[in-house]
Amino acid sequence: MAARQTPDTLDMPTRVSTMEEVDRGLKPHQALAEAGRCIFCHDAPCVKGCPVGIDIPGFIRRISQRNMVGAARLIRQANPFGAVCARVCPSEAQCEKGCTSAGLSEPVAIACLQRYAMDQEMVRGIRPAAAAEPTGRKVAAIGAGPAGLACSLVLATAGEAVTLYDRSPQPGGVMRYGIPSYRLPREVLDREIDWILSAGVQFVPNTEIGRDVEMADLVREYDAVFIGAGLGEPESPNIPGADAPGVISAYSFLRAAGEPDDDAREQAVKAVIAQPLGRVVVLGGGNVAVDAACTALRLGAESVTIAYRRTRGEMPAWAEEVEFAEEEGVKLVFLLSPAEVLQDDGKARGVRMTRMRLAEDDASGRPRPVPSGEPDETIEADTVVLAFGQAPNESIFSSLPSLARSEAGMIAIDAETGATSVAGVFAGGDAVNGGTTVVQAVSEGLRAAEGIRAYLDSVTPARD
Amino acid sequence: MSVDLSIKFAGIKFENPFTLAASPCTDNAEMVARAFDAGWAAAVLKTTSVEEEVVELVYPMMAGLDFEDKKVIGLQNIDLISERHIDQVEKDVRELKKAYPGKVVGASIMGQKKEHWQTLVRRLEAAGVDFIECSFSCPHGMPERGMGSTIGQDAELAERTARWVKEAATRVPVSIKVTPLVADLPHIAHAVQKSGADAITAINTVKCLIGVDIDSYVPYPVVDGKSSYGGYSGAAIKPISLRCVAEIAKAVDMPISATGGITTWRDAVEFLLCGARNLQVCTAAMKHGFRVIEDLTDGLSVYLEDKGMSGVEELVGLALPNIVEHSHLSREYKPVSKINLETCVKCDVCYIACQDGGHQAITLDEKRLPHVDEEKCVGCAMCASVCPVFECIQMAPR
Repeated sequence: MAARQTPDTLDMPTRVSTMEEVDRGLKPHQALAEAGRCIFCHDAPCVKGCPVGIDIPGFIRRISQRNMVGAARLIRQANPFGAVCARVCPSEAQCEKGCTSAGLSEPVAIACLQRYAMDQEMVRGIRPAAAAEPTGRKVAAIGAGPAGLACSLVLATAGEAVTLYDRSPQPGGVMRYGIPSYRLPREVLDREIDWILSAGVQFVPNTEIGRDVEMADLVREYDAVFIGAGLGEPESPNIPGADAPGVISAYSFLRAAGEPDDDAREQAVKAVIAQPLGRVVVLGGGNVAVDAACTALRLGAESVTIAYRRTRGEMPAWAEEVEFAEEEGVKLVFLLSPAEVLQDDGKARGVRMTRMRLAEDDASGRPRPVPSGEPDETIEADTVVLAFGQAPNESIFSSLPSLARSEAGMIAIDAETGATSVAGVFAGGDAVNGGTTVVQAVSEGLRAAEGIRAYLDSVTPARD
Repeated sequence: MSVDLSIKFAGIKFENPFTLAASPCTDNAEMVARAFDAGWAAAVLKTTSVEEEVVELVYPMMAGLDFEDKKVIGLQNIDLISERHIDQVEKDVRELKKAYPGKVVGASIMGQKKEHWQTLVRRLEAAGVDFIECSFSCPHGMPERGMGSTIGQDAELAERTARWVKEAATRVPVSIKVTPLVADLPHIAHAVQKSGADAITAINTVKCLIGVDIDSYVPYPVVDGKSSYGGYSGAAIKPISLRCVAEIAKAVDMPISATGGITTWRDAVEFLLCGARNLQVCTAAMKHGFRVIEDLTDGLSVYLEDKGMSGVEELVGLALPNIVEHSHLSREYKPVSKINLETCVKCDVCYIACQDGGHQAITLDEKRLPHVDEEKCVGCAMCASVCPVFECIQMAPR
């Protein structure tokens, strides 16, 4: 069997000096060759590995027959963020994980093929989503991230009047304000969002639940409500000195760096961190830490180190992303836990780190890091980026106190329909699952849309 | 989708042109029902015969032609007609027509004498079949009994047999399935037309010997140490069947059901352009399953949308005026090879092809980039044919 095709990537010196997309995508002959590697096996484990169940062999067959429009439509039928997810899905752990071709050589490069089909669609323009007759029913969606947008699209095309609220000025949620543009170019994101909004979704920006609008009012005014509000503020660690200038949350840093053009980005980054980045240390071990590290390199950091309190094997970040960061020159240090942000003249100059060792497994099933008793170590740094994850979205709970929580403190839902404990209120995405992937959020948004439609049909029949 | 894939063939409306050909794919009602569920518009049930016809199959009966890492670009079979006789097939027809009144059910038949042909037709008509296809064309096994391609290779015999069938067929159209294994296919098509038959199905498989086991000296498929010539099908025979369909379309004014290597929606479009009104598929479905119908209908729909056409009907025969006698081709047209040096990867296979298979018009510079000497280039297009880079070499007017 032919070898797996790999797309070109930006060359190294240029790559870390720009926010431009690193992955340049397959060329036409590569896409055909790669499509030719699919066996079109009977079981199609790839489809089972996809949270939204895209007909993967189906779209690959269409690519191999050079029917790119058909391929893109098939993808879009299952996933309104087909172009986004082709870029940000951990495909090696999802669709490609079970690929039957791996039994012969390597898995088919499914994500690359999906991207190819979606890029071809981009050249021709997305065919507008056909809207059904208005049902006369109104639905509010909170949070214009992947879950909220996916849910809104399904409802709008079914004829429900959808109003989509978000606290940010632009729609996209984590896709715009979290994922760096070198992984997800903003024009790709904008195209899919514009397509969704043009299906008749009313977008209301800069609107915060509990500040600008109350949940109780939404529940009263709308026939149903979807909560896809994502997570709350970043968890602030209890580290002395963490409020010093030069210390910033990865959340705020990536949000500022997400501005599409260079000037706006520079201004936004200056607004959250005044001095040059200099030597940067990122504390944490998840994908957000890796994204912050690689973004810092691109924004002119002299050096970037990720310090994680466990070891490489326990990093929540995807292995591929970690390798990507190392390729770019990010340094990784392990078994170090921050004890204190050291300051000079009232600004950060480094972090005193406690040396750790791995002890017995904790509740998450990973070995618990405990102090090893060895002397502390100092990492010199001008900028300290905190990437410790985000807490549940408390503003939602305080605005709707009857909303039940899951064991993990997130919004509890019915696994079939996405219904919460409050009648007519549904939820999905990070606010429910605690933060996983874009495609998972999309799938939960789609599921809730079906739940909402069934609920509406049971309580408010559609107008004839 | 806004385009209409439906099309009439021999007076019958098909929801789309795609029909499963008489083959192992259509050997019982359960298989055909699944194909209908998958989206096929029609099926021709595997060729059946009267109860007294002895049908004994041999195994293995299939052998694929693999090219490099691609499996089954062509397929040889030494299968025969169905072991299921008319008594079973008429039941299948009744069952299928009851369950799928909107689908088209055809039946393929073969007989040794007039009485056989006419019995088969009458019983199938009574069972409610939509059309009858007569195999005058199976190239292996059956000719040894004076059946199959023996009939289709003799214009007189073909015309006479078709007349018998038409005599018996009082209600449903009859299509004659022809063989490519003749010197003059239009001559056969004229004979079929004279018989009064309603349509032509072109083509049956091409007689072949797919390969020989070079250790045991036995050709494939190996049946207990021996083999036999078989029928060749699949993507590899498409250029042959496409030629046959075009020749027939230019010779006679009869509806044509095309078959022989139709694998992708592009093939489908090409056959429609060459005059077919119905498209039969077998090998592609045997290889990838009935699900290939999705790719065929989706690809055809997208193509029609792109062309701004409202239906399949508009495509039929559009390529025919562009197929002319070789002597009518322009002798003034002098194309030349243009190589895009921006995308060239310097493999220089164009250079090799031009040196050893062309007119030595390509030279290599010190960087191994190929350049065309336009004086020497005759515009044969061998270089463009072998170039592995997407759209790197184009043949352009001078």
